[in-house]
Amino acid sequence: MSIFWLRVALAFYGVGLLYALVALTRTSDLLNRVALHAAYLGMVFHLVSLTEGVLFSGHVAIAMAHNSESLLAFLIMSVFMITYLIYNTTSPGIIVFPLVFLLTFMAATRQQPFLNLTPGMRKGWLGAHIALIFIGYAALILSFCASLLYLIQQHSLKSKRSSGILSRLPALEEIDQIGYRSLLLGFPFMTLGLIAGSVVAESVYGRVDLQDPKILLSLLMWAVYLVMVYTRWIAGWRGRKAAVLASVAFAAAVVAWAANYFSTIHRFVSS
Amino acid sequence: MRFQLIGVNHNTAPVEVRERLAIPESRLPEACKKLAEHPGIDEGMILSTCNRVEILANTKNGAGADLRAFLQNYFQLDGVELNKHLYEYNEREAVRHLFRVAASLDSMVVGEPQILGQVKEAYATARAVGAVRAQLDQLVTRAFAVAKRVRTETAVGSSSVSIASVAVELAKKIFGNLHGKHVYLVGAGKMSELAARHLMAHGCASIFVANRTYDRAVSLAYKFQGQAIHFEDLHKTCDRADIVITSTGAPHAIFRREHGELFLTRRKNRPMFFIDIAVPRDVDPAMNKLDGIFVYDIDDLQQAVASHVADRRKEAERAEAIVATEVERFHARILTLDVVPTIVSLQGHLETIRQAEIDRVRGRLGTLSPDQEMAIEALTRGIVNKIMHTPISTLKSAAREPEATTVIDLVRRLFNLQEKRAAKSGGGDND
Repeated sequence: MSIFWLRVALAFYGVGLLYALVALTRTSDLLNRVALHAAYLGMVFHLVSLTEGVLFSGHVAIAMAHNSESLLAFLIMSVFMITYLIYNTTSPGIIVFPLVFLLTFMAATRQQPFLNLTPGMRKGWLGAHIALIFIGYAALILSFCASLLYLIQQHSLKSKRSSGILSRLPALEEIDQIGYRSLLLGFPFMTLGLIAGSVVAESVYGRVDLQDPKILLSLLMWAVYLVMVYTRWIAGWRGRKAAVLASVAFAAAVVAWAANYFSTIHRFVSS
Repeated sequence: MRFQLIGVNHNTAPVEVRERLAIPESRLPEACKKLAEHPGIDEGMILSTCNRVEILANTKNGAGADLRAFLQNYFQLDGVELNKHLYEYNEREAVRHLFRVAASLDSMVVGEPQILGQVKEAYATARAVGAVRAQLDQLVTRAFAVAKRVRTETAVGSSSVSIASVAVELAKKIFGNLHGKHVYLVGAGKMSELAARHLMAHGCASIFVANRTYDRAVSLAYKFQGQAIHFEDLHKTCDRADIVITSTGAPHAIFRREHGELFLTRRKNRPMFFIDIAVPRDVDPAMNKLDGIFVYDIDDLQQAVASHVADRRKEAERAEAIVATEVERFHARILTLDVVPTIVSLQGHLETIRQAEIDRVRGRLGTLSPDQEMAIEALTRGIVNKIMHTPISTLKSAAREPEATTVIDLVRRLFNLQEKRAAKSGGGDND
């Protein structure tokens, strides 16, 4: 049943995605509202699906591991909605909607990989690891969106031509704030998530395998984010330099995510 | 003819004429009352702003009224002199004109928002003294709805069309909220002062003023309750400001790229907005290449204004289309309302004939059984309804056609229904 509700959610996200794409080329408050309502409904069904997943598997940690894409999509949507409530802007939707749709689509159509649970594994720590890391991911993805929007807005202001879609972006400093705040929010979650992960790894293998590609990439991503927070804090880096860093971190995050499929520790695929 | 409108506006009359026709707010209620008492006028409203004076009337029995005479009497003016500035619209054209005025399509700056408020005030005044009651009320409330529709469905009033407001708009695009932002005024000039005033009105916190002559800076700073700064300290202090407006007569740029880099370092890369109104320019264009510094010179601003004006013109075309459909819709409604009394009196007329005929033959028929009574009732009713059917449906369908008034008159004449519309027989309906 969980997968059924997820597909219902997917349908609503699809409507949201479609309208968001149309809204790119046309100015219409109505479209914005339709997309938002579709997203709200999608989130409700999504939550139902996630809850059922938990009930079905009997444990939060296992359910989270099994529905990882779905969970991440839900968290990204949540951060997007929080941003909307605070800043009253749907502009990040240009990137958020396609991303969420893709993640949900992957979760809804694919057989979930099976997590290799070993008896000694600390389920509580595993749950914390996944939840923290994913909140971190969601916040950092939004911060990445914001840094791209910042570049777009900066370019439009410098080129001195403002046309249809661009004129609807939020003000430069607002975009900057969205990005910076989600960066500040996401970083501690990511850090704590990695610590929780290492606790789980120690409990299972007795050590953290630094040669594992996923762990390496995660550390790289974390390091880049650390640099981002630092340069922003000390020198106020924003615009082009910040966007470059954000892109590197985002790329590392995506590869780290994909590393699920060839990592020895994150052996989700049953052998 | 029902609605009539005459007036002058900024296009037809110079300010000397408009000011002679303007009616001050205090005297407007009394003027409205006089208008409603003018011969031939049923309802009336007067709109008097600095750009237009207009008189709108709903005439008694649609017979038409001499609004020019009212103006001449009220202002004691020479008719010939006045006539060449006046425009006059009737019926549909009057409706259209009112809709256009309320939607700010007839304004000097198309899309400016004040006019709707002014029309609303004029309406409230006329209503308060009872000069606007029935049909004019419907017309004017409809005009408000049309104005609102134009505002929400087109972008006719959304873009700024002056240098100062464009500057504010750009600042808002960079900083979002201008609250707590600081402005630096370098040099003096009407336009830069105006821009500064606009920015302050939108919430900027404080202003610094630097000028080659320190006294001038002090007096300007006093005007804005800001802080005067010695010109030599300009580069040392400039990083405190988020928005810099420059308009000096300097032959070379005062702000060069290296200054920009310095400001950015000191400001931890927080963005800065330079508005360069000077010619030759005060800010080196290379500054605009720096991440976080935005430079707009006078040409950029003027270009933005020009493109906004062009946008407005394009949007105004869409707005005109909305007005056109709304005029048709309103006209159709008014006409439908118009046929209703005719239908009612036609029905009443035939019913009277029917009753009279039954009463006339009743004596000859002797006593009737209830069944027979009912049969007679049904028979006569049936005949009357059959006869009425075609005229009524013709009236209803004619309501939407231009010849409606002709059809109404014809029906009234054929059935001799003249008591209520006596004044209307014959002329008056040829526009």
